[in-house]
Amino acid sequence: MSILVVMEQRAGSWNRMSFETLAAAQQLARELNTTASAAVLGQGTEGLTGELAQQQLEKIYAVEHDLLKDYTPDAYTLALRQLLAHAKPRLALFPHTYQVRDFLPKLATSLGKVAVSDVVSHRIDNGQTVLVRQLFQGKVNADVRLTGAEPHFASLQAGAYRADKLSPQSNQGSAPVEKFTPEIAAGDIRTRPLELFRESQRAVDLGAAELIVAVGRGIKEAGNIPLVQQLADAMGAELAASRPICDAGWLPMERQVGSSGQTVGPKMYMAIGISGAIQHLVGMKGSRVIVAINKDPNAPIFEVADYGIVGDLFQVVPELIEAFKKPK
Amino acid sequence: MKIVVAIKQVPARDSQLRIASSGKWIEQADLTYEINEPDAYALEEGLQLKEKHGGEVVALCAGPARASQTIREALAKGADRAIHIEEEAMASDPLAVARLMAAALKAEAPDLVLTGLQSDDLGYGQTGVILAELLGLPHATLIMQVEMRDGGGIRVKRELEDGWFQHVEMPLPALLTIQSGISKLRYATLMGIKKAKTKEIKRLTAAELGAGPSGHSGIALERIYLPERTKRTQLFEGNPKEAAAKLVEKLRFEARVI
Repeated sequence: MSILVVMEQRAGSWNRMSFETLAAAQQLARELNTTASAAVLGQGTEGLTGELAQQQLEKIYAVEHDLLKDYTPDAYTLALRQLLAHAKPRLALFPHTYQVRDFLPKLATSLGKVAVSDVVSHRIDNGQTVLVRQLFQGKVNADVRLTGAEPHFASLQAGAYRADKLSPQSNQGSAPVEKFTPEIAAGDIRTRPLELFRESQRAVDLGAAELIVAVGRGIKEAGNIPLVQQLADAMGAELAASRPICDAGWLPMERQVGSSGQTVGPKMYMAIGISGAIQHLVGMKGSRVIVAINKDPNAPIFEVADYGIVGDLFQVVPELIEAFKKPK
Repeated sequence: MKIVVAIKQVPARDSQLRIASSGKWIEQADLTYEINEPDAYALEEGLQLKEKHGGEVVALCAGPARASQTIREALAKGADRAIHIEEEAMASDPLAVARLMAAALKAEAPDLVLTGLQSDDLGYGQTGVILAELLGLPHATLIMQVEMRDGGGIRVKRELEDGWFQHVEMPLPALLTIQSGISKLRYATLMGIKKAKTKEIKRLTAAELGAGPSGHSGIALERIYLPERTKRTQLFEGNPKEAAAKLVEKLRFEARVI
């Protein structure tokens, strides 16, 4: 009854978030006095499982099938149901990736369960696991207790656990790799995935910017964007935005920061009227100094901010422009 | 083509949230509500598909009596009729809610079911995929584009991480969760608002649907609370001019980033 991590790979490359989940599983296993195992789904996974064998794990499952070469929710669900019946974990952990969001609810439902999605931390209470997840775009936390029959399911938010906390195998050994071949028929798969592609080349490389001023919903309308552009100009910064601004067409998509846009790490990131939903935070929380201007003191952006002004951006930004224009 | 769009009513985005004394949910007394934004995009996609290919759009909503306002708005925007699963104390468990929706859809046999990718309140991001599994439908999530294929079925554009996309082909009936920003949202017209008053809203209760919880889903929402601030943020208050001057000074001489 160990903890099973389902790692994510595509065409032989890891989704690095998987290693954060692996570190979390090792930590939980120590706290619950059990072991951690890992599974990799695909076709020709030897290189990947070999790398995993260096980690402190009880076992590694190489779940191999021709029909697992390209991801489909049908094949992944079928394969994992069979693996769960075989491995009998008490808890199955997943990185909260777009792919996991696509199949995990289906897998859990097929077993009459609900997966706890987008978990940020945990604690052990009376031998039971209590998972913390966020509601209202990060404004409220919720404690969710895992009760009843096992297995339980959870997906972990990017950055919630640290991959540099991974424990390697002790005494230079390596974890055993068990090949597991699920039964999947071509007729079980109802969707046909085609090639991955990217739209046009990005003209703006926000990743190289030293200073970024980013604007969010608080700006209210397209006509107010020039105000923030003036601030960026006064500072010599690049202008960026949260997703809703680009969705609305107020700024081009190439200026979007967040999980579906660019990931940035400038010297300074100034968030204007951005509440700080996790989809945005994952794209900018590596910035060296974070500044937030927001009227809501409980906005999650202040969770990551080094400096902040709680106030109306339409009053604060013009004053900031003046202050930046003054010589030092 | 019959298109069902699942919509949810949630607290307005800029609500100041307070925790209720029960510690199980937020204080609801002075909140205003609106359609869950991702669901507004699902509705828009449903309406555009109907305009292109004909058929009918049915809005499906599980929620208390106040949700009828959101349903009326969906009808005013162009949905043809609605199904309201009316429950004052709706479960916070996405499987329980999806079971009610699946029961309500049994008699409908839609060609396409659309939902938003997640709700702005609970944020599980699961109801659509769970509903697909309960209805036995193929699904795809985070959809940016839906095209009809010659010879049947659809071709959708899925969003992946870091600016990648993927096309997926699938037969109908199917379920799609729609990514926000897929298109521009329409406003209800005066004519639409007027027409909405005469459109059908079928009301059902959980008891009528006979979809009581079957089995334990394995999770229990224990309490909710405001997160503790872990990072020390230097906050500048007072009048905007002073706060701005202080911030700029700190950025220049303490953080030394400009």
